Amino acid sequence: MSSLKTSWANRVSDRSLLYIFLLPTFGFLLFLVVFPLAWSLYLSFTTYSANIDQPPIFVGLSNYTAIFRDPEIWYRFVVTGQFVVLTVIIQFFLGFLIAMLLNRKFYGRGLLTTLFILPMMFSPVVIGKFFRFMMDTNWGVINYLLVGVGFPRIAWTASFEYALYSLVIADVWVWTPFMVLLSLAGLSSVPRYLYEAADVDRASGWFKFRYITLPYLAPILTLAVLFRTMDAFRFFDLVYVMTGGGPGFSTQTIPYYIYMLAFSFWRTGKSSALAYILLIIIIALSNIYINYLNRVRRA
Amino acid sequence: MNEFQRRRTKDRIIVLMLLVMLLVYLFPIYWMFSTATKTLAEAFALPPRWIWVPKLEHFENIFYEGAGGELGRVMRLETERRPSPFLRQFSNSIIVSFVSTGLATFLGALSGYVFSRMSVKGKNDLLFVILSSRMLPPVAIAIPLALMYRALGLFDTRFGLVIMYTVFNLAFAVWMLRSFVDDIPREYEEAAQVDGYSRFQTFFKFILPEMRVGMVATAIFSLIMTWNEFTFSLLLTSDRARTAIPAIAHSLGTAGVNWGHIAAGSLLMVGPVVVFTFLLGDNLIRGFTFGAIKE
Repeated sequence: MSSLKTSWANRVSDRSLLYIFLLPTFGFLLFLVVFPLAWSLYLSFTTYSANIDQPPIFVGLSNYTAIFRDPEIWYRFVVTGQFVVLTVIIQFFLGFLIAMLLNRKFYGRGLLTTLFILPMMFSPVVIGKFFRFMMDTNWGVINYLLVGVGFPRIAWTASFEYALYSLVIADVWVWTPFMVLLSLAGLSSVPRYLYEAADVDRASGWFKFRYITLPYLAPILTLAVLFRTMDAFRFFDLVYVMTGGGPGFSTQTIPYYIYMLAFSFWRTGKSSALAYILLIIIIALSNIYINYLNRVRRA
Repeated sequence: MNEFQRRRTKDRIIVLMLLVMLLVYLFPIYWMFSTATKTLAEAFALPPRWIWVPKLEHFENIFYEGAGGELGRVMRLETERRPSPFLRQFSNSIIVSFVSTGLATFLGALSGYVFSRMSVKGKNDLLFVILSSRMLPPVAIAIPLALMYRALGLFDTRFGLVIMYTVFNLAFAVWMLRSFVDDIPREYEEAAQVDGYSRFQTFFKFILPEMRVGMVATAIFSLIMTWNEFTFSLLLTSDRARTAIPAIAHSLGTAGVNWGHIAAGSLLMVGPVVVFTFLLGDNLIRGFTFGAIKE
């Protein structure tokens, strides 16, 4: 042991330890995130097609102004917003409810918990594909069951009104377990003695929930909602396999539209500009969450 | 009814509610299993066949090229059976996701420790930069990345995917593990340092073992994310390094969508993750339990 204490490791100062520990993380980030980002920022001010061997032509802000003037793009922002709000809210309440129900001692609790988080392990892409199969208007099993209990037949992925809801359902199915998991984690981090003290004072169930459970859960729930919101904004793969943006453009979320611009229409410059606008929105939103998170952490 | 009985009845009602929810919730998985083991005629039958003789043909077909087995026969497109690239794609998935998960968790632990315990200039900004790497819509950096990967010879290599996925998971790892270090009492390190250990040694000998549970939880989560990742694999690989998920998603075949094939592929793909989660599963709930270490 003493040889270890006098080894070279003992001479690493705190300062250099800081650099050694952070270097790989920031090296990777610089190489694979910051640099490509700077590049696409440059491309967003140009007219450029990545599939044609011609250098980018600088056009200033015209990509951005074109985007802001385009009502079709505004419509796609609305679609994206609807999707984000719907999925995050449903996932939050559903996941939290399941976690609250699971958070008590009963026989088979571990097994039930594992079964509830099982959907998270499936690939969203294959799930999306499979949901399309189940949601088929005529021979899909979901319509069969719904019609069986008296609902009208719904053209899930094939109709303008319902296509977005199909995506929401699939996304909720895949990602609610994430909320369950983080809520459970938060719930079991609440110190027992607080509840015991409240029991001694004969506090009501609501009082315990409101003044003990919720404050303890606030940071982790905020973090969970932050991650879900960010993911919902980047939402791409389910659209790709479930609806392909259709019917019409009813489910063309912004990330999917960026993909189309970049890899179907090869309008690299314009797609970079749109990607930047989306990024700024996400960063602004996350900032709000994080400020809130820091506030509750400090409290 | 006394207090004990009342509580027991309440528990029973709640378990019953959970079971009903579970029934609805897991229906797609049941349906996937049934589609994967039925013949195509049975899979499309309405009303559904609730009783059927399970067949493994779809699972077998994944490993062979051709016009999708049964469906191909129906449409007279059956060709000679050749091995499909599925095994290669599957092993790509395994290598890429396990290596990058390990890397991300370890690097996340290092950075998480620094951010939790040391004073770093502009700490909150740096943490935000890390987090923003996860906010990026992958398509936003896809084009420069693809150009860059081609220029550096990283395109369609497993190494290229590994480093991409490492970065992709770092944000979550750093933020998660920082919370874990926050929960380890500082007295641990102070005691160790009084005993003459350097900070470096303290970290590896005392803090890292204490973070074990959190690291496992982070790793399981990263593994799930990487294993199922679609966009980067779609855009940064073509043939050699492609992982199984985009391959399955594109397995439309020459004769149309073979749903049995896709269902079987999805079940095969979920296997390793489920096994990994069950093996380390105790840590999962406990691991996400930030307070577990405090007690």
